[in-house]
Amino acid sequence: MLETAFFNLFAGLSIFAGLGVVLSRNTMHAVMFLIFCFFNAAGLFFLLDAEFLGIILILIYVGAVMVLFMFAIMMLEVNVSKMRDNFLQYLPLGGMIAVILMIEFVAASTTGVFTEGAKATAEHLAMDVNNTKEIGQVLYTKYLLGFEIAAIILLVALVGAIVLTIRGRKDAKYQNISKQVNVRREDRVRKVSM
Amino acid sequence: MSGLDMAIQGGIWALEILAIAVPIALSVAYITYFERRIIGWIQVRKGCNRVGPAGLLQPLADGLKLVLKETIIPARANKMLFIGAPLLSLMPALVAFAVVPFGETSLFGVWETPHIMAISNLNVGLLYVMAISSLSVYGVLMAGWASNSKYPIMGSIRSTCQMISYEISMGFGLVTVMMLAGSLNLTDIVHAQAGGILHWYMIPLFPMLIVFFISGCAETGRTPFDLTETEELVSGYYTEYSGMWFATFSLAEYGAMIMISLLTSILFLGGWYAPIPALDIIPGTVWLLGKSAFLIFVFIWFRATFPRYRYDQMMRLGWKIFLPWTLGWIFVVGVFIYTPGLDGIIDFWLAWR
Repeated sequence: MLETAFFNLFAGLSIFAGLGVVLSRNTMHAVMFLIFCFFNAAGLFFLLDAEFLGIILILIYVGAVMVLFMFAIMMLEVNVSKMRDNFLQYLPLGGMIAVILMIEFVAASTTGVFTEGAKATAEHLAMDVNNTKEIGQVLYTKYLLGFEIAAIILLVALVGAIVLTIRGRKDAKYQNISKQVNVRREDRVRKVSM
Repeated sequence: MSGLDMAIQGGIWALEILAIAVPIALSVAYITYFERRIIGWIQVRKGCNRVGPAGLLQPLADGLKLVLKETIIPARANKMLFIGAPLLSLMPALVAFAVVPFGETSLFGVWETPHIMAISNLNVGLLYVMAISSLSVYGVLMAGWASNSKYPIMGSIRSTCQMISYEISMGFGLVTVMMLAGSLNLTDIVHAQAGGILHWYMIPLFPMLIVFFISGCAETGRTPFDLTETEELVSGYYTEYSGMWFATFSLAEYGAMIMISLLTSILFLGGWYAPIPALDIIPGTVWLLGKSAFLIFVFIWFRATFPRYRYDQMMRLGWKIFLPWTLGWIFVVGVFIYTPGLDGIIDFWLAWR
């Protein structure tokens, strides 16, 4: 009973926050709503006994990704009237996507996958099951290849981002820290006889 | 579970939370007092000694002054986020204490098995602390942006850069602890260090202890890294805050400082164990709080000793020195664990083999 109540709480709040992301005028508020939405999604993970995934969701998405988002948004000057101008331009495409999604949802719900009894209800894990260990064991044995490929793709993206943005200006002044640290008194101070 | 049981359980939780939150608020007040006295002592002057005996009532007087001050909200500020920002920075600082084990007690033999003195003994305690402390960035960012003023926004951008940079080396430092302890549970990590000072992780992970503590210093924006609240920025992201909202920011800062000290003692300095097993007759909580108090003293000592870092020096230290060091140490520990011949050395600290 308590679990259902918490599920409804988290699910309801995440839908509310999702609506807030789309509907709020102020982009900063939208970002805050998105963060709130991630929190509630993490709560849903906790209800499924997946505490590792829940914490990682907060650590990566809220703690890192959204900070960069916010950084970018803070620098923008948001012009609301300009955004309104483009509203009609995007309406057909957006409407089409909405209609397609709607048809998909209706089709999926009528196939009988969601009827009572068709859903597999999983038992709760025992307290001594360590989720982090289980995920690690599967990730580094069964799915090792996929894991390594993902890692290499991320590394390539990292190097690519640096290569694209580095300019290597020769005329720019820069500081040589070891030179600064190794400076002696004699290099800077000179006694002038008056 | 009946309604009465749930009410009792709720009451117990509320008491547990109060038993941690109230001492933290009090110790924050008195850390400010000791900070002023210790810096005064180091700089050969008195420090605060006027209010009450030896100035002991000074923190209360300061608190009263801050409560009575008018709260000013700038006209062009974003009101909701301006008021929300101090709360957003205080919340993670306090919530992180939920998983800290303050010791192990059998209540003078009343309970048969020793219980852990923590609100929640999470399996993923270490990750929880990392996740929660990474949230404190938002308070700073929001404060800077919502103030709608140029110095706060510059201060908050600097602060955020600093926090993101040092979080990474802190996280990698923690990975080495996990590799030795084989667990993310803070209690298990302390148990893995039982048996005297030689078993503490500060011996095999000494460079990580240094990196972790200095990164913690940068995370909380304490002095060598307080370039986010310098005079040139008119005290950075909280320029526009006054009265109680300002006090909330400093409460969060000092709370984070206590948290870093507790974590360093738990992860590297053997938690609630005494340096010599014979001294374990003194309750573990005393040891843990003593170690943390010493580390808080080190924080204050830093403040009285070091000049401030320049922005580029701070970034260089985080990315070019700490990050390679921590990555290198992860590699070294990994090689030691899995190379036949070398694993004999590290087995002394390895809890899981």
